[in-house]
Amino acid sequence: MNFDFSEDVKTMREEVRRVLRDRYPRGEVRRAVDAGARFDRDFWRLLGDMGWLGVAVPERFGGAELGHEALCMIVEEVGAALPPVPFMASVGAAEALLAFGSEAQCARWLPGLACGETIGCVAPGEPLASSIAATGGRLTGEKLPVIDGDIADIAVVMATDGLYLVELTAPGVERRAIETLDLVRSGIRLTLEDAPAEKLAGGDAAQLLDRLAVLAAFEAVGGAQAALDMAVGYAQERYAFGRPIGSFQAIKHKLADVYVATELARSNAYYGAWALAHEAALPVAAAAARLGASEAFTLAAKENIQVHGGMGFTWESDCHLYYRRARALAVDLGAGWYWRDRLVEQLDRAEAA
Amino acid sequence: MDFGDTPAEAAFRAEARAFLDAHMPLKEAHRAHVSRAMTPEDVAASKAWQRKKAEHGFAGILWPTAYGGRDGTQMQHIIFAQEEERYAVPTTVFNQGVGMAMPTVMAFGTPEQLARYPRPALFGDEVWCQLFSEPAAGSDLAGLRTRAVRDGDDWVVNGQKIWTSYAHFADFGMLVVRTDPSVAKHAGLTFFIVDMKTPGIEIRPIRQISGASNFSEVFFTDVRLPDRQRLGAVGEGWKVALTMLANERFTVGRAEGPDFDEIFALAKAVRIDGRRAVDDSAVRERLAAWYVRTAGLKYARLRSQTALSRGKAPGPENSIGKLVSASKLQDIATFGIDLAGTAGAITDPEIAAMHGLFQQALLYAPSKRIAGGTDEVLRNIIAERVLGLPADARADKGLAFNQIPTGAR
Ligand SMILES: Cc1cc2nc3c(=O)[nH]c(=O)nc-3n(C[C@H](O)[C@H](O)[C@H](O)COP(=O)(O)OP(=O)(O)OC[C@H]3O[C@@H](n4cnc5c(N)ncnc54)[C@H](O)[C@@H]3O)c2cc1C
Repeated sequence: MNFDFSEDVKTMREEVRRVLRDRYPRGEVRRAVDAGARFDRDFWRLLGDMGWLGVAVPERFGGAELGHEALCMIVEEVGAALPPVPFMASVGAAEALLAFGSEAQCARWLPGLACGETIGCVAPGEPLASSIAATGGRLTGEKLPVIDGDIADIAVVMATDGLYLVELTAPGVERRAIETLDLVRSGIRLTLEDAPAEKLAGGDAAQLLDRLAVLAAFEAVGGAQAALDMAVGYAQERYAFGRPIGSFQAIKHKLADVYVATELARSNAYYGAWALAHEAALPVAAAAARLGASEAFTLAAKENIQVHGGMGFTWESDCHLYYRRARALAVDLGAGWYWRDRLVEQLDRAEAA
Repeated sequence: MDFGDTPAEAAFRAEARAFLDAHMPLKEAHRAHVSRAMTPEDVAASKAWQRKKAEHGFAGILWPTAYGGRDGTQMQHIIFAQEEERYAVPTTVFNQGVGMAMPTVMAFGTPEQLARYPRPALFGDEVWCQLFSEPAAGSDLAGLRTRAVRDGDDWVVNGQKIWTSYAHFADFGMLVVRTDPSVAKHAGLTFFIVDMKTPGIEIRPIRQISGASNFSEVFFTDVRLPDRQRLGAVGEGWKVALTMLANERFTVGRAEGPDFDEIFALAKAVRIDGRRAVDDSAVRERLAAWYVRTAGLKYARLRSQTALSRGKAPGPENSIGKLVSASKLQDIATFGIDLAGTAGAITDPEIAAMHGLFQQALLYAPSKRIAGGTDEVLRNIIAERVLGLPADARADKGLAFNQIPTGAR
């Protein structure tokens, strides 16, 4: 039995935390948002230099080849720290290539994504792949919202007949900024009008969503843990009626429930990480990881505000960064109903077989 | 990550399976858990199975060989439990004795006690019960009032215990009593081993909500216990009791009964408006939530086992099992009854879906949220010991036991 991250990954986690804490201690993300600096290019370069962006990419494509465990761990920590960089978008695009691209497609795009010179994003849209179809290697249709699509150079677009890679500066590609719940990430409306697109060698929208859902689950677990840590810290320091509010059971039990939800979510996410390399188990594992993580993050984020009282409702408390991210993240790759259906259908099918 | 056994673990699993195959049939799917009272036949069957396991080295896997154990590893203990769960073994009456009482005796016992008690418990000859809770002391166990007063070489015990599982067929009890009411409540307790046949002990079964009686009130009237029955020092009873409770957390673990697989099977069998219940989106929402919780618990358990298998203490993820599974059991039982429609109220196992599994579970699930630490107490423990939140304000702090405020109940 070996159901835990390796010692190497655990050691690496300390380093990852240090880097994130140094540049983005609590409060710094909000200051960046206030300053309108939604993309910290210097930090992005640093992440590229440190090998985070290509951590799961094989060495022959310019990556660090440390595997998915390492990637999931970094995603979790990034989910906690919320730095303004298109990390999830770009590693998501790399994941699509890695899993479904041909050797030539990987050789063409992964080295840039792995060092950060190329920025990728994923365009799932909703209702998922149904709106965009390809004719003769060209795409027409609309995706909305596409997270970090304004910063990205390329997008992996989910279409009815498979996955396509679109260069976002090509003719026929139009990008218009739109506001979303998440203040740290920008969203766009992506309009494709007979835009040139290269089909990935394999994979379809559902398969890619499964893989991305596992990564997003780690991101949400990181966010849930950060919101819980914030709430616990505040509950220890804030006094009311002559005692710390954390000594009131209404607060304690709330936070115990957040802890339980987060631990269950983390455990499901770990299984999801394992399933990234075990295809038959992936659809169920991904859906469970996704649903558990969305539930935990949503709960943690809202109770974090509650524990902070009036302070939690202020812009400066930072609680809203998690509150916003939790909801945005929970719908980005398909909302709850999509994943519940997928989960139950897969279980039903598995038993019928 | 991988879920496989190490070669040594696989060898042990094979050994366990060979033993189980030779002595027990496999369990039938979806069979109701016993919520009727344990009969003398049930107790005899449990004793026989306990002896069989002990004779083959599977009863005391963690026990030292000196007491008939295997001196094995935590992983072997877990592997055997996983395998045994698949077989139609009798409901055990040995959790208290083998899982909780004897490890405590081994931690605090005198040489005479060690020579006398562990082996017969392991070999299924003697059944033990836990005489802790009282009418006025459950969650607040240290508030117990049963008194023991020294009289020469004996102690004289007066008072009452309650909710004592299996007291009516237990041979011995693990008893914690107050020996000094003039000091703080935790400091005035002392622990004893008591022969349940001692004169002055009266056992009155209590009827549970299912109508069955598996626990009792136990009255002590001038019961004389020789001092050599004391376990641990005078005034050290709280420490001994905590050791036993720590072992309880370990044995109680998860709630048996209908889980995701059962409610999923029911949702596929039942039809709502001509289509399977499982195809209804409201039903799906519940099913998905339970699957996620069940899987989360399973993988949390595997994380704990990984720590054990690496020779480390399991992390805090270990503390959530009973809290999550007890409520889930109650919710699944409730929903299973709902799914069956008007037939849901039927308890007759010949007619009710899955032999009345959900109806039975409805009537024992509440106990899972109470026994072995209530939901609320478990949340307190998580908040204080895992999250590091401050302890509750308490009205009994710094007071001698006999100065503590009490209520009408
Ligand atoms: C099936 C079953 C078998 C049992 N077997 C045994 C046995 O073999 N031996 C034995 O000694 N005992 C046994 N018990 C007793 C069990 O340990 C107690 O019932 C349990 O500890 C709760 O105590 P109580 O019943 O006195 O409830 P109380 O402690 O009075 O609790 C009543 C309510 O108050 C809440 N409450 C109490 N304190 C707090 C607090 N600090 N914060 C928040 N809420 C609180 C509880 O959560 C509960 O909801 C058994 C119980 C059951 C149901």
